[in-house]
Amino acid sequence: MNPERRQLLAWGAAAAAGAMLAPGLRLVELAQARSPEEAASKLQRWGLLIDIAKCGECDACVTACHEENGVTSRGRPTTDPQWIRKVSLADRQTGYVQTLPLMCQHCEHPPCVDVCPTGASFKRADGIVLVDKHTCIGCRYCVMACPYAARSFVHEATSGQKPDVPRGKGTVESCTLCVHRVDRGDTPACVVACNRDGGRAMAFGDLNDKGGVLYQRLRDEPSSQIRADLALNTGVRYQGL
Amino acid sequence: MTRFAAGILAAVLALAAQAGAPKVKIERGEACVAPVAEMRRDHMKMLFHQRDRTLRQGVRAPRFSLKGCVDCHASEKTGSVLGQDGFCSSCHEYAAVKIDCFECHTPQRAVRTAGKP
Repeated sequence: MNPERRQLLAWGAAAAAGAMLAPGLRLVELAQARSPEEAASKLQRWGLLIDIAKCGECDACVTACHEENGVTSRGRPTTDPQWIRKVSLADRQTGYVQTLPLMCQHCEHPPCVDVCPTGASFKRADGIVLVDKHTCIGCRYCVMACPYAARSFVHEATSGQKPDVPRGKGTVESCTLCVHRVDRGDTPACVVACNRDGGRAMAFGDLNDKGGVLYQRLRDEPSSQIRADLALNTGVRYQGL
Repeated sequence: MTRFAAGILAAVLALAAQAGAPKVKIERGEACVAPVAEMRRDHMKMLFHQRDRTLRQGVRAPRFSLKGCVDCHASEKTGSVLGQDGFCSSCHEYAAVKIDCFECHTPQRAVRTAGKP
């Protein structure tokens, strides 16, 4: 082997080591982004894993979500849309308080889709539950059907929408799992913010990918679904609940 | 005589139509995604098909996307396709077509921000 070739191989090995920090933890996600012409596939099911023990007092996820999706508050808590919120759980006996972020749980069997009279509420092939605002008539059946109160009705005219996130008065909306980011191979804004500014409690991934971090953690560590008794098989899972 | 009068009338009407016709400003790009005649007649069909494919299947090909239209055609001055000389509104107002795309979608061109989550 000549010296130049040996040097080249060494650089290659160094680059590979840099991209792979630890088993299952990569700087660069491999083969996750699909081409823009390719449709979402049933082979994947996107989900979140939220470790409540690490979730502190901050609301970095809420701020990042509303910033990313152009969800603005008008200071009217009863009618302002909420895509994600922090919920506090207090133990009545001991007074121990936990907080957790709650958003659309992206159910495998979503009640919002069952009750929608126009087919506007739908589940994409990769498990992301969305509202087609072109066909939404604003009846709000889905708002009532969702056991997680994850859906919001847009009561007032909107302006300053983000190019990737159309929003309009008279339709229902909820967490899209940042579908526009997921489609280009990125991670939802809440997860990015939690890992940057928060307690590193949130992880995003493919529930079907046996090599993925999310699948492995769900296999090896205890986790739960909120209202598991409803058998909706949520895509958002919690730890330490 | 009647034929002559009709001819004059047609010419006057044509001139009037020409005078009132909107001047569509093309701000960016060499060519559109399809020939101009096809775009004028069928742009709404293209957008209609693309919207369902994007939303329901996650196909985000930029070719017929509304975002793509706005990115090229938004005014350099206002950054919008609406307004007095806006690319979309100038023609739609002339043709008395009321679209509701921009009730939800932004008429503004995306502002590139680097380093945002």
